[in-house]
Amino acid sequence: MTLAAAAGLLGSGPTFTAAAETRGFLSPTGVEIAFLLVGLVTFGAAIVTVTTRQLVHAALWLVVALGGLAVEYLLLTAEFIAWVQVLIYVGSVVVLLLFGLMLTRAPIGRSPDADSGNRWAALTVAVAAAAALVWVVVDAFRTIWIDLDGPAAGSTEATGASLFQNWVLPFEALSVLLLAALVGAIVLSRKAKAEAAPPAEPTPPKSTPAPSPPAASTKPGSSPAASTKPGNPSAASTPPGNPPAGSPPATSGPAAPSEQEGTR
Amino acid sequence: MNDVLDVTLRLLIVFVVFLTFPLIIGQTEHKVMAHMQGRLGPMYAGGFHGWAQLIADGVKFAQKEDVVPAGADRRIFQLAPAVALLPYLLVLLAIPIGPDEGAVGQVIDAGVFFVLAVMGVGVLGSLMAGWASANKFSLLGGLRTAAQLLAYELPMLLTAASVAMAAGTVSLPGILDAFEWWWLPWQIVGAIVFFVAGLAELQRPPFDMPVADSEIIFGAYTEYTGLRFALFLLAEYAGIVVLCGLTTVLFLGGWHGPWGADGLGWVWTLLKTAVLAFLVIWLRVTYPRLREDQLQKLSWTLLVPLSLAQIALTGIVKVVIQ
Repeated sequence: MTLAAAAGLLGSGPTFTAAAETRGFLSPTGVEIAFLLVGLVTFGAAIVTVTTRQLVHAALWLVVALGGLAVEYLLLTAEFIAWVQVLIYVGSVVVLLLFGLMLTRAPIGRSPDADSGNRWAALTVAVAAAAALVWVVVDAFRTIWIDLDGPAAGSTEATGASLFQNWVLPFEALSVLLLAALVGAIVLSRKAKAEAAPPAEPTPPKSTPAPSPPAASTKPGSSPAASTKPGNPSAASTPPGNPPAGSPPATSGPAAPSEQEGTR
Repeated sequence: MNDVLDVTLRLLIVFVVFLTFPLIIGQTEHKVMAHMQGRLGPMYAGGFHGWAQLIADGVKFAQKEDVVPAGADRRIFQLAPAVALLPYLLVLLAIPIGPDEGAVGQVIDAGVFFVLAVMGVGVLGSLMAGWASANKFSLLGGLRTAAQLLAYELPMLLTAASVAMAAGTVSLPGILDAFEWWWLPWQIVGAIVFFVAGLAELQRPPFDMPVADSEIIFGAYTEYTGLRFALFLLAEYAGIVVLCGLTTVLFLGGWHGPWGADGLGWVWTLLKTAVLAFLVIWLRVTYPRLREDQLQKLSWTLLVPLSLAQIALTGIVKVVIQ
């Protein structure tokens, strides 16, 4: 129902107009009230995300917060951005987060150590960042209003046109940055594998126990990526020891997270 | 008032489709599987060839006790089936079945993105179920679900992007308006990749490693009983409806047909969707389950490169014909 309502609002669409003199903060429209309420929900979910002691609950509250942001985009008529927000953040980032949590540790109930001694420093940084953002946004868009009755300002066409006409350079810079991150992730994962694998992989079934300790003992001094050593030899040596039923998750498990961690 | 009536009617129709089509596919699966395996399948419930078998199943599920395991995270455990099921209802809203304005629940400007985004949310339900059950088999199932989603989301997105490039729009009715018959050979690789990746996202055989019953009982759904279990099953079959409908709309031309396309567009859409649904059932009967490493390998080393090649091909043809 909310979707149909929001989409109905979108059908009419917006334009940016500088008609501040006809607007006031004291007589809000329905959309503005909805925006405020959804904003409160999003804010509450975000606070619960960082204060809850249950790790997986934090990830799920993050879903609520990110979904609330998407609804805010919808109410601002930026439909394309809203769906991309859901697709990337809820559909991929949170799933990746949950995957990582479930792979490492995700106890049901409270985690006593899910707390940080840096909480005051974190709070300071968060408040400072929020203040800076609010100040910049308010200062930049002081007199600009979104006209909900005009043609859509946030439609896919409008977004695409402004992205590839006015903002091509930042867009390209970002894509090069992402490409660099991708290549870096591949290089990191290959290096870790190359150091951990040679004793284990050419002769998988029997010879792992003997060669892997020397590999672990000789290389750490010379290798720059020594921090990955403790995890990988043990992971590589698990498949031969395991019964057949356990081996598919054991072989796929270490491979998948090393990719994921690289991309993160 | 008229608008309210219109919206209500559309929502009602989408809801009825959402409730009936998955059941029809489920019943078809019972019968098709049975005949492919040389048996009859359900024959008694309802009288005629067991047509009421799934209704009887539903009644049975509704009567069962709704158990929440003692060690489970109660609220998330109970919430998970709804999170798994509702996204498919939302997606159905956006799939057009005919050329008219009235033949789609709601025209959405960025339809392709909406559909893929919301479908991705449904997987969260399986993850929540897998974690909250406090059962190692469920957790393994949830992990496999997540790994599978991460691997297969990308080729699905890329091939959908290829169609959007070809049509020059991301709206589902817009894509169908721009459709020409020669798109079929042009986008065929993308169509296959999209369909296969969609099957994997739905965890249908041969991609049912997350619910592999011979290893991990029933994966994330192991601890579920009664109505909540039925909701997960319904989500799976609703997912088949959505995937087949989407493949039809994006790659097979939806309401376009070689003849009789005027006024009968919706028949073409339903026919193509039904054929694809039959294909889904057929694949389940035919192929053995892929192992987890084979699953990952298929996606990253075959489907992703193929979809990238499809995008390149789309781009080249698009530039050439302009």
